[in-house]
Amino acid sequence: MPAQEIKFYQTGSLVVGNRLLDPERRTVQADMRRPNTLTSGHRACQGCGEALGARWVVDAAHRATGGRLVVVNATGCLEVFSTPYPETSWRVAWLHSLFGNAPAVASGVAAALKVKGRTDVRVVGQGGDGGTVDIGFACLSGMFERNDDVLFVCYDNQAYMNTGVQRSGATPPAARTATTQAVGPEPGNPFGQGKNTPLIAMAHEIPYVATATVADLRDLEYKVHRAMELRGARYLHVLVPCPLGWVTPSSDTIRVARLAKESGLFPVFEAEHGEITSVSKIRRKVPVEEYLRAQGRFAHLFGDPPRADVIAALQEVAARNIRRFGLLDEEG
Amino acid sequence: MLRQMEGSQAVAEAVALCRPEVICAYPISPQTHIVEGLSRLVKSGALAPCEYVNVESEFAAMSVAIGASAAGARAYTATSSQGLLYMTEAVYNAGGLGLPIVMTVANRALGAPINIWNDHSDAMSQRDAGWLQLYAEDNQEAVDLHIQAFRIAEELSLPVMVCMDGFVLTHAYERVDLPEQRQVDDFLPPFAPRQVLDPNDPVSIGAMVGPEAFTEVRYLAHRRHLRALEVIPRVAGEFADAFGRESGGLVRPYRLDDADTAIVAMGSVLGTLKDVVDERRGHGERVGVLGITAFRPFPFAEVRRALRGVRRVVVLERTLSVGVGGVVTDHVRAALDGAMRETSAANGAAPYLWTVIAGLGGRPITTASLHEMIDRAVTERLEPLTFLDLRRDLVEREAHRERAAERV
Amino acid sequence: MFQVRIHGRGGQGVVTAAELLSIAAFLEGRHAQAFPTFGSERTGAPVVAFCRIDDRPIRVREPIARPDALIVQDATLLRAVNVFDGLGPDAYVLINTARDLRELGAAEALAALRPERVRTVPATALAREHLGRPVPNAVLLGGFAALTGVVSLDSVCAAIRQRFSGRVADGNVAAAERAHAYVSATMKEGVDA
Repeated sequence: MPAQEIKFYQTGSLVVGNRLLDPERRTVQADMRRPNTLTSGHRACQGCGEALGARWVVDAAHRATGGRLVVVNATGCLEVFSTPYPETSWRVAWLHSLFGNAPAVASGVAAALKVKGRTDVRVVGQGGDGGTVDIGFACLSGMFERNDDVLFVCYDNQAYMNTGVQRSGATPPAARTATTQAVGPEPGNPFGQGKNTPLIAMAHEIPYVATATVADLRDLEYKVHRAMELRGARYLHVLVPCPLGWVTPSSDTIRVARLAKESGLFPVFEAEHGEITSVSKIRRKVPVEEYLRAQGRFAHLFGDPPRADVIAALQEVAARNIRRFGLLDEEG
Repeated sequence: MLRQMEGSQAVAEAVALCRPEVICAYPISPQTHIVEGLSRLVKSGALAPCEYVNVESEFAAMSVAIGASAAGARAYTATSSQGLLYMTEAVYNAGGLGLPIVMTVANRALGAPINIWNDHSDAMSQRDAGWLQLYAEDNQEAVDLHIQAFRIAEELSLPVMVCMDGFVLTHAYERVDLPEQRQVDDFLPPFAPRQVLDPNDPVSIGAMVGPEAFTEVRYLAHRRHLRALEVIPRVAGEFADAFGRESGGLVRPYRLDDADTAIVAMGSVLGTLKDVVDERRGHGERVGVLGITAFRPFPFAEVRRALRGVRRVVVLERTLSVGVGGVVTDHVRAALDGAMRETSAANGAAPYLWTVIAGLGGRPITTASLHEMIDRAVTERLEPLTFLDLRRDLVEREAHRERAAERV
Repeated sequence: MFQVRIHGRGGQGVVTAAELLSIAAFLEGRHAQAFPTFGSERTGAPVVAFCRIDDRPIRVREPIARPDALIVQDATLLRAVNVFDGLGPDAYVLINTARDLRELGAAEALAALRPERVRTVPATALAREHLGRPVPNAVLLGGFAALTGVVSLDSVCAAIRQRFSGRVADGNVAAAERAHAYVSATMKEGVDA
């Protein structure tokens, strides 16, 4: 395997007292005065990937903007578990409107701030895959097309989790959901469907598109900072495993996210104005089977009879990603 | 200043005078001239500072307005018909969140079948969304109501729909008196939000409210809405003081004081009705008109008071509740309910209350048809529900065709 | 109240004609209301627009069923549409045509009217000459002013200048003045043009 630049933080610990790291390179989470924009007391499931991702994203955005931040949230797990009236977990200015309009509402907030001469205050819109890739898609595209000054973050757990695990346009092939059940000759979500929303975002040629997972939180944090250095429409697509919907142990969230990346099924990259600018290479390639075995939503592929054909088809998806995004160096 | 101009352009200029900060624009006949006019004003710099956002749908239009209003900007949009339906989820959302957005609805029929012409079915479909609804009688009132709407909306922190008949008013050229900027600035102070998205004082807006508190939240919304019954006439009075003409308010009675027969209606048909009624009065008939300007909140007490002593009430509706009949009629009936004992009918009977559905899908409401309707009203020969100018030959032919098909 | 109905085809500026007429009346301090029928106005399809003029505010909004004056911007409509519907015996009629009134195939309808109130004017030709385009709408209003006196030529020209600018305004004004002169002349002669 060729040498790959290892960032120093990966060898140091992230605790406050790590004097080997410059303060600005420490994660904001290492600060005693971290903003905790999504603070404790919310009602997320144990091991929720979205709660982890959202806290890191919004805390990073908070640091990047000096706290001058407004957050717009789509309907979904994140909104529901964070604001059970009369309580809220949010310590930032936060607005929830509807399921399908978060990108448009965020555009509206940005327009208001602009007209008031307060472009120092930045806007983050966020939602799950349902609210971003499906029902919010038209509004997302409109926000991209107008190049509105919004960072939109999609927490992708690959199904409508809040309503009981139904298939979305982000559900991967063969995955079991309540509306793509593991029965019949072709169990789970069909092949040949689905949208690659990061690529669609790139097709809009917006200033910044990136993907990330909760397996590499520093990378996620960096990408939020990078996005906040820029103006105009920006999109961040974060893979966030859902223990309930993926049927994984709640302690496995980060490990499963890492397997998604290392198998090649979830490419991690950055793009600007439609061109890929960096790729996070696979460090230790794993066969997709290792990733699939870890999740009960793919259990039907390992039953009686096992579905080697489906697994092979998924391996081919991973191979295509590896080719397409250059996830492995030649010698790898 | 007096101008001869198209209704839409007059509304665009009136809205511009109100210094909106965020305008969301999506085209749909027959409101498009309004947002086009505003586009020109913003692009030329005449209306500044203002962000004009070309959105991708009406749903986005209302959503952008929601975000903008929650962030403290005065927000405006316009739509009609199918566009209003498409944004319905967001309309209810704005109502529930109590955001003082002002929206022009250029009233147009709802499909299917698709129809681009005027009736009230669009605004009627949103009557429970928690928005105030004001109906303009002519283009002068359309201008005036927009100015009053921003005041009312921001005072109550409730969204307001200003309804004007599509094409009939939007595309009519007539004389309007457009106020000066200074007059509007004196009347309409800058927007001071009840609550706002502010990083320095963060709040969470739009929480999920469960069974233990939802009823109370809705009760409070209802109570706030009812306060409009006091705010609307007060603002109309202040408008009259500031601009020198009567406009807006809850109801507009015309020659009702000693009327036996009254026609209740909303919108542009009131003009035609007044001409018809003048003619009837000329022949000695005691006929009057009750215009309803504020449909939401519905002014039950004012309607009851206005119709006191009237024996025959015709509610002329530009909408159809399919399978039921009228919509406004039931509101009028509820208003009259408590007053039945107060009528001066000889035998103490309740007044006659008839529904006449007219003008659906842009069919003109003619003076000839109104005369015929009143002829029948004064002789008490109206059916409980009438479709004015119904082409009986066409419906009978279709009914015959359907029966023949069934028999096969 | 004076009620005018204007007939033409989509693309001939029928709606603009009604609006210009309303502006002319407004400039004279009168009330005026102009509006089109709202059909799907594809180019070439028959279009109708209305204008009411009065000294008191105009409240009625129905289409004009009994016009006091008719302007026909396209004579081919005479065979296609009943433009004379609802016309009373004292109504004015102004038809855009270079042909003789008797050649238009509307003898029966015209016979019911007062001959001195029915005029023609070659507005399209005048428009081509002064505007370079066959758009007769504003031109006809010059003739209308001469025929009915309901608005003055000055008001018509002022309305044109309010709506148009530069050479388009100049051309329309010139053509409207020519149309006014033309119709005035035929009225003096007492000739059915």
